[in-house]
Amino acid sequence: MTLIPETETALAEAIRETKTPLAVRGGGTRQIGPAVGELLSVKAMSGISTYEPGALTLVAAAGTPIEEIDAALAVDHQQLSFEPMDARKLLGSKGLPTIGGAVAANISGPRRIQAGACRDSVLGVRFVDGTGAVVKNGGRVMKNVTGYDLVKLMAGSYGTLGVLTEVAIKVLPATASRASIEIAGLSDHDAVRAMAKAVGSPFDLTGAAHLPHGANGVPTTVLRIEGLDASVSYRAEKLVELAQGFGDTTLERDPEKVADTWRAIRDVEPFSEILGDVWRLSVRPSQAPDIAARAAGQVIYDWAGGLIWVLVPEGTDLRARLGQFGGYATLVRASPETKSNLGVFHPEPGPLAAIATGLRDKFDPNHILNPGLMG
Amino acid sequence: MCEIGYIFLPKGGFEVQMPEPRSGVLTRKAEIVRRLRAVLPPDAVIDDTAETRAYECDALTAYRCPPLAAVLPSSTEEVAAVLRICHEEGVPVVPRGAGTSLAGGALPTEDCVILGLMRMNDVLEIDLDDRIVRVEAGRTNLSVSGAVEGDDFFYAPDPSSQLACAIGGNIAMNSGGAHCLKYGVTTNNLLGVKMVTMTGEIVEIGGAHLDASGLDLLGVICGSEGQLGVVTEATLRILRKPEGARPVLIAYSSNEVAGACVSDIIKAGVLPVAIEFMDRPCIRACEAFAQAGYPDCEALLIVEVEGSEAEIEEQLGLILQIARAHNPLELREATSEDEAKRIWLGRKSAFGAMGQINDYMCLDGTIPVSELPLVLRRIEELSAQYGLEVANVFHAGDGNMHPLILFDANTPGQLETCEELGAEILKLCVEVGGCLTGEHGVGVEKRDLMGFQYTPVDLEAQMRIKDVFDPQWLLNPAKVFPLDASAPRRAGAV
Repeated sequence: MTLIPETETALAEAIRETKTPLAVRGGGTRQIGPAVGELLSVKAMSGISTYEPGALTLVAAAGTPIEEIDAALAVDHQQLSFEPMDARKLLGSKGLPTIGGAVAANISGPRRIQAGACRDSVLGVRFVDGTGAVVKNGGRVMKNVTGYDLVKLMAGSYGTLGVLTEVAIKVLPATASRASIEIAGLSDHDAVRAMAKAVGSPFDLTGAAHLPHGANGVPTTVLRIEGLDASVSYRAEKLVELAQGFGDTTLERDPEKVADTWRAIRDVEPFSEILGDVWRLSVRPSQAPDIAARAAGQVIYDWAGGLIWVLVPEGTDLRARLGQFGGYATLVRASPETKSNLGVFHPEPGPLAAIATGLRDKFDPNHILNPGLMG
Repeated sequence: MCEIGYIFLPKGGFEVQMPEPRSGVLTRKAEIVRRLRAVLPPDAVIDDTAETRAYECDALTAYRCPPLAAVLPSSTEEVAAVLRICHEEGVPVVPRGAGTSLAGGALPTEDCVILGLMRMNDVLEIDLDDRIVRVEAGRTNLSVSGAVEGDDFFYAPDPSSQLACAIGGNIAMNSGGAHCLKYGVTTNNLLGVKMVTMTGEIVEIGGAHLDASGLDLLGVICGSEGQLGVVTEATLRILRKPEGARPVLIAYSSNEVAGACVSDIIKAGVLPVAIEFMDRPCIRACEAFAQAGYPDCEALLIVEVEGSEAEIEEQLGLILQIARAHNPLELREATSEDEAKRIWLGRKSAFGAMGQINDYMCLDGTIPVSELPLVLRRIEELSAQYGLEVANVFHAGDGNMHPLILFDANTPGQLETCEELGAEILKLCVEVGGCLTGEHGVGVEKRDLMGFQYTPVDLEAQMRIKDVFDPQWLLNPAKVFPLDASAPRRAGAV
């Protein structure tokens, strides 16, 4: 049976009455760990309640499909700045990605390096904790230091501290114009150096990725700029100059083509058709090539090297292969057995794990919300 | 953003309710100091009552209380040693960066040890390829940018106290600044911390990589007003400087029109780095003080954009077009460095100007930008009702208001009236969908107003976090939460 509460009050009641585990669901398109217990879907709590283009803010129920939000924002030439990945192709999942799911998993796309993560765009939340209490935190304004920031804590907590019912999001003007600068044939090391130079330039990149097996198997480094038309032209010219110091450079100005390229990077499309486990590594960019080499799998670099997607044969213990490194590895796609053997989330040092456990015990004392998912 | 405290009183202070001293702490002072001296160099422990006075307040100078002692550790290990002792002795600890808090974040209690971080101010690492710096928490905000300025990089959050304020304090208060619209506040630019828990355990959270692996503890530590741990090192994101920047000054005959202009600029898809707003009382005071040559009008906007010459032209072109559609009294585009400085001159001297003519209380509520005209009109009505003038100067792009209530501290009753009016204005901010404080923090100043914004359940959820990090409520315990709400916890009953 699946619980599908239609209101926050009904959800709170359901949680108060439940003694057994609940598997919390948004759209169910990016299931990260095994679903333990009865399914609890927030999809019936849906809809945009406030959208103020002049204030760059939108408030929506957690179950609102992202495509509905995208469509509403498009009318006023605005967008979600954090560019959330659509995981359906990579994970072979169905359904509609929801805003609540994206926030619960803190999903951020290529624009992370410039516009911040999903958690940086969330201004406020409402949620029901494991005791059935309805809690609000933050608000719908951009600057707010009134009390503790539970908004950040809820973003990326995968429903383990509470079930999100509503989120307030900071949105940004949609980019009027965009361009990609592509450099062909770079080694991973050179690509990361080129990306560091580019994102360290004054030209305000909104994407820097490297595909060691790009089109026709040729390594391709892609830089993206967005903004007003004349500004994009100016920066494109400057970046082409900069990129030519590294290798053969081409400039793409066709907005559709640029959008397609970055959608594919965002959604890790190259790995969607290939069997194997997919890991997501967050690393210090300059260390990325060495870490990728140790991973000994197929890789895609995003975030100027700060994010590495790794494809390895099923069951590979990538963390054992990598050893110690500054950052972490999350197992995104694998069989339930592998996920249960290796653990989805990177093991945390003892003191941090104790704090995290303490927080879960406080917010979900009966251990009913996605129990065991994050530790 | 005020250069001077929340209440600028020429003399004396007034009462704020603080908890009773922890039992036995005051009488055990000698023993506690002896133990602290055993782990710190001689000059790093201050207990002489004449010298502890230097730590009796922060920039919220209206409230003062000398601490039991002050310590000035030079390393994370020394911080850990101090906290271990205070934990064992049951002594409250108030962390202090540079003491520039406008909310009383570093206000001592008589039973507390002030843990000052100003001796920890080294730059530990600069990596331009990874675009990070790692600094000790006592380093000043401006000197973080200073360390990378030669390479054309900068650290974005720029609270107006940036010359003096410490990164550790910025993290505690999640400080903002004038350029948040584009670059975000501290939490958006903080990648990692080294932190000491109240038990003296040293933990590292985050680092030179982006985002958390498990729960986002960094996100909740930032802005927790020194109540969860003492941050000793920070890894910060740095950015390459834009090629140039230019402000434009726009004058209007009413606040409503200026507010509408702000909204239209944002809607148009340009994202200026700053949109500052001043109303007539503020303009007049600044003009009298700084002679910046501002037009005599109801509302002034300063809008600044960044980029190359061509990019600036493109953005300003759009902004000026929007501004003209609202029939401005005057449009002034800076054509030189000197003119740009003059445009900013009045704004930057606003608080100093106010201090010259009056005592004032500076508020810090944030509102949805769309509510600007309504809120300004209501403030005007409240101002008339309470008989105190209110000048407005604020970051309009992000809705962070800074109403300044002018009063005379020497006129009996005016301070109380001013406080009442302040509370009304903050209530108004919350009612229209905003919040009590956008960048100054709660501290003691807004502690007792938290009920305006949060229900007991909301506050309970926040206090649970502190229960986990600091079960005995020894770290900065009298701040943020209304005392009656935190009392059972401070008494060890939860």
